[in-house]
Amino acid sequence: MANLKTAEKKTKAQSMGMHTEVLTGKTQQKFFNPDEAENFFYWGTYDVDFNKRTELDVKEMDCKEVNRKIDDLMSEGFGTIVIKNPQGKHSLGVGVLNKLNLIFEGSLGYFGVGSIDGPMVRVNGRVGWSCAENMMAGKVVIEKNAGSCFGAAIRGGDLICKGSVGARTGIDQKGGTIIVGGDAGAFTGFMMQRGRIVILGDVGINLGDSMYDGTIYVGGKIGSFGSDAIEAPMTKIDIDWLERKLKVAEIGDNFDVSKMTKVVAGKKLWNYDALEPTEKKGAI
Amino acid sequence: MCGIAGLIHRGKSSNVGEELQNMLQALKHRGPDSTGYALYAENDGQNFIMRFKVGENVGEGSTSVNEDVSVYDSRKKLVDKNLSELGAVIVKEEKLTPYSYRYEIKYSKDLMDFSKKIESVEMVEILSIGKSLELIKDLGDAKTVCERYNLDKVQGTHGIGHARMATESGVDIKSAHPFWGYPFADVSVVHNGQLTNYWNNRRALENKGMRFMSECDSELIAVFLAEKMRNGATLEEGMKESLSGLDGVFTYFVATKDSLGMAKDTMAAKPLVLYESDELVAMGSEEIAIRSILPQEITTYDPFDGEVKVWQI
Repeated sequence: MANLKTAEKKTKAQSMGMHTEVLTGKTQQKFFNPDEAENFFYWGTYDVDFNKRTELDVKEMDCKEVNRKIDDLMSEGFGTIVIKNPQGKHSLGVGVLNKLNLIFEGSLGYFGVGSIDGPMVRVNGRVGWSCAENMMAGKVVIEKNAGSCFGAAIRGGDLICKGSVGARTGIDQKGGTIIVGGDAGAFTGFMMQRGRIVILGDVGINLGDSMYDGTIYVGGKIGSFGSDAIEAPMTKIDIDWLERKLKVAEIGDNFDVSKMTKVVAGKKLWNYDALEPTEKKGAI
Repeated sequence: MCGIAGLIHRGKSSNVGEELQNMLQALKHRGPDSTGYALYAENDGQNFIMRFKVGENVGEGSTSVNEDVSVYDSRKKLVDKNLSELGAVIVKEEKLTPYSYRYEIKYSKDLMDFSKKIESVEMVEILSIGKSLELIKDLGDAKTVCERYNLDKVQGTHGIGHARMATESGVDIKSAHPFWGYPFADVSVVHNGQLTNYWNNRRALENKGMRFMSECDSELIAVFLAEKMRNGATLEEGMKESLSGLDGVFTYFVATKDSLGMAKDTMAAKPLVLYESDELVAMGSEEIAIRSILPQEITTYDPFDGEVKVWQI
């Protein structure tokens, strides 16, 4: 992409909805300039080969060392990295802005695989609080349980927990999909703004409290609805989407999604509907 | 922030002193100011073990006022005198630090009267009384406190501990956890969180004759549970009542001679990771605490909001 000519860059940028004008004056805003090659370069990304695999035993390493080592391995072209003995350490696998198969043979502590954009992550264990916080894209699969704030503020991608999750799952969610095979705690979908949460089991109290937008589907019992959360009718589109999503997520075989409860925001943001689609995106 | 940890071996004893040290040391980043242990040790069960302090640790980081060490000896003599007047017999005494002691005593009367008499001596605080409870707390991280009091060899069935980051009260032993469940033998509590109706509850409990030694909000939990049990509630009943009686955010552990319990507030605002098997229950603020004693792959989970659990040895 860095080899594109300026005109092509401009066209590309416009098609992506980016600003192309360059302002003068004392503005502190920095607008996108297609003439700067670095704007087409995503720092921290590498060409990796999924067939190039390596294992990394992190028992004696701290999180900084582990994350630097993952970056080094990606820069060497490794596309499949297996992490051995994570032992519940915090902040492992964060900031991976790359396609990558990242496999953890064990459990993670807090803030695991946060701020990622693109990798496929599998955790053959449990994760602590705030797993995949601020995730942009990719797929994360947790084989066991997850702690609270699972998928806090995620923007995109699929985040799947096959076990149960703690409180405030999907807090401040801004996009993407969270799927939970078991139960979820209190305040699921708290302040969520977009995206979807699917809970196959029961949820605790105050479901969808203060949610602005987005959709929550619950398969089991609901402790209570939070402020502004209301039940909405299930449509064929919902059912089709859920069936497809659960199949892709390899979770909930033969689960009757038509009997799920659909929960949405009962109140709209002020002037939210008057916004253009691109402006809506900017607003959140 | 603070970190808490607890474990209970079911049906056998283990080196709980070393295990709890490992768990608490793994949580050092959550609370470097002081560390406390409540270990349920293999004592003969004949006599009471009383741990008490006659002054504060005024070392590095302490917020306590420096005192002439000679006052410690005079306070200790007054404690001995009061014990004699109470009819208690000192079977064995150990001076652990210049400001703290461990006594083994024979005593068979009311523990509340006993405690009031002992603590009538200025600056003297009973850290714990029990037939298996050994409650130790001091400034420093888990390893430091463990070494200072030789805890790594303590054999027992269960224990709870706390790594404290001082927020609303001083860096001193009296504000450190665990708190003894005065006036009940062998009851201890550790807490992570903040209680917002501390003063209302404290005033009400003091009017009922309960005693507070610090201004640390966490002490309220121990006193709250003790008062419920004094009125006939079981430990689990008292803990369930605490979910509505205590306001704020909390995860706390409570231990008695033969049980270990946990409670989590209805907002589930404070972390807790739990491992449970037929032989062992281990729990802590973070998974790394559990991993420090169970490095193999295990299944752990977060208890839900408003959950109370109690396990027996």
